[in-house]
Amino acid sequence: MTFSWTRVGAIFRKELRDYRRNRFVIFTMSALPLLFIVMTMVQLFALKTSVSSARLNDRIGLSMLYLLIIPTMVPSALTAYSVVGEREQGTLEPVLITPISREEFLVAKALAAFTPTIIIAYALFGVFLSAAELFAHPAVVAAIFERSHVLIQLLFTPLLAGWAIWMGIAISARSTDVRAAQQLAIVASLPPLAVVALMSFNIIPASVPLAITLAAGLLVLDIYGWRAVAAVFDRERLISGRVADGRRGARAGR
Amino acid sequence: MTRRGAAPVSWGTDAPRSGSALVVDHLTKRFGERVAYQDVSFEVGYGEVFGFLGPNGAGKTTMVRTLGTLLAPTSGSATVAGIALSAEAGPQIRARISIMPESPGLYLRLTVAENLECFAGLYELGDVGERVAAVLEAVNLTDRANDLCRTLSKGLRQRVALARALLNDPTVLFLDEPTSGLDPVATRDVHDLITALRDRGVTIFLTTHRLEEAERLCHRVAILNTSLLLIGRPDELRERLFTRAVQVRTRAPLADPRAVFEGLDHVEGWEQSASGTYELHVSDPDAAAPEVARALVAAGADVLSLVESRHSLEDVYLELVDEDVEVRRR
Ligand SMILES: Nc1ncnc2c1ncn2[C@@H]1O[C@H](COP(=O)(O)OP(=O)(O)OP(=O)(O)O)[C@@H](O)[C@H]1O
Ligand SMILES: [Mg+2]
Repeated sequence: MTFSWTRVGAIFRKELRDYRRNRFVIFTMSALPLLFIVMTMVQLFALKTSVSSARLNDRIGLSMLYLLIIPTMVPSALTAYSVVGEREQGTLEPVLITPISREEFLVAKALAAFTPTIIIAYALFGVFLSAAELFAHPAVVAAIFERSHVLIQLLFTPLLAGWAIWMGIAISARSTDVRAAQQLAIVASLPPLAVVALMSFNIIPASVPLAITLAAGLLVLDIYGWRAVAAVFDRERLISGRVADGRRGARAGR
Repeated sequence: MTRRGAAPVSWGTDAPRSGSALVVDHLTKRFGERVAYQDVSFEVGYGEVFGFLGPNGAGKTTMVRTLGTLLAPTSGSATVAGIALSAEAGPQIRARISIMPESPGLYLRLTVAENLECFAGLYELGDVGERVAAVLEAVNLTDRANDLCRTLSKGLRQRVALARALLNDPTVLFLDEPTSGLDPVATRDVHDLITALRDRGVTIFLTTHRLEEAERLCHRVAILNTSLLLIGRPDELRERLFTRAVQVRTRAPLADPRAVFEGLDHVEGWEQSASGTYELHVSDPDAAAPEVARALVAAGADVLSLVESRHSLEDVYLELVDEDVEVRRR
């Protein structure tokens, strides 16, 4: 059977409808971003322009790092629930007995987490830039647009989200408990953010070539990540909680 | 293949209609050390309603999941809706069948129609709106289409799950205990729906431990307790396991029952089951009943009733399962 975008679309639409009526998701998608944009703003307006330009740059890097927590945490929380949550609700079995392939299922789940994340993250970045432009000190604004800050933000928002999504789904597909999956997924989403943080703090000297190299690395992980996730997605295990006998390592059905 | 009634009518699917809808050949499924079912073989014809009976833990759900390509069998082979069971054939098989699982598994934050739309998409159906309306109509839920599933009662949820299973016009429809936990009215509704499907010629594989349900709905039944104990038409099974009997009740116990019953041509044996109640073993109840009536009147007994006692499928089932438990204890 060929990959069907109709099936992907069916799950995708279902997920978005479900989000809208899920208090936990609404909270994750609103409270978390709100918290981090506020923290970013506080950082921004507390900046003293009298400090050296290097210090200023560090501070801006730090404040913008808060914004990158959004594309890391939001999709983590969403995807960690995506498989084990459905399994607990008993809604996974009905889906798995339709012709859907695991690739279609995974892509649908990933897109359903990716789309709102990107919209929220970029919207907040827009808010941040406009607020800075309007109210921050011209020296601060200049520092924001100097160097690689904006590039890092634009580039790493989807890349970090991609990483968090695949980690979240992989962990969810192997978990038996929603809460444990969520905690683990948040931890697993952090490593690439840490690398970006090191760059923002200039511990690894930030440069455009470095940022692009890192981004390319993440991009490759994101693109191939779904293959790794597909490998841990096992219908038999999801239904029965165990791998079929004599099939350890192999997979019981697509 | 024994099948009652007229030739089945197809409704929609283009699957091959010759041969059997299900062929199960020496199928075994183990979970580690635990055997879910063992060496099970049977065939189900197109248009047949096949009852799969067995006590808790007999392996019914595991069988449904195996045939639905969710679990890989440990050994043996099977053909489902004309396609040999294998991991690779999973998507094709799943397109032709559907399963109503033990628990409905609806998206509770979605409406009935939204749930069905999602699955119509998963089956890549063309006219989603029309199809959803048709299955809602089939289960009498048209007026609840826009209700959130969370607000539905258990029986209604079960009906939505059935509607969902009908979306793709399945060649084989698996119903895993479709009436478990339903009250008598909701149960009757589900039975009526199954009867309607049966009349349309849908092949149905029905697991249950409600015997009267199997007896009412199924053309043939199989009794499973890890391995297959018996398979056949419900009336056949009854006859195969039990001799026929006539039950007599009199106002007062007979003074000398032996004198009344033992000389009769058609009575092979008798026993007193309660005061004034006698079970007579007969080969032909139609011949025995008048003879018994005459003998009773001649003996001056006040006859309250004289009926052929029918063993229910439940008796067959209990007999078999008990026997099986005994065998295993030895
Ligand atoms: N995922 C699993 N892991 C281990 N053992 C299992 C698993 N699923 C089922 N079993 C075992 O396989 C056997 C058959 O279970 P199954 O659920 O198929 O029974 P059933 O006939 O559907 O019972 P019920 O009438 O209670 O629904 C049981 O002994 C059960 O404990
Ligand atoms: Mg069961």
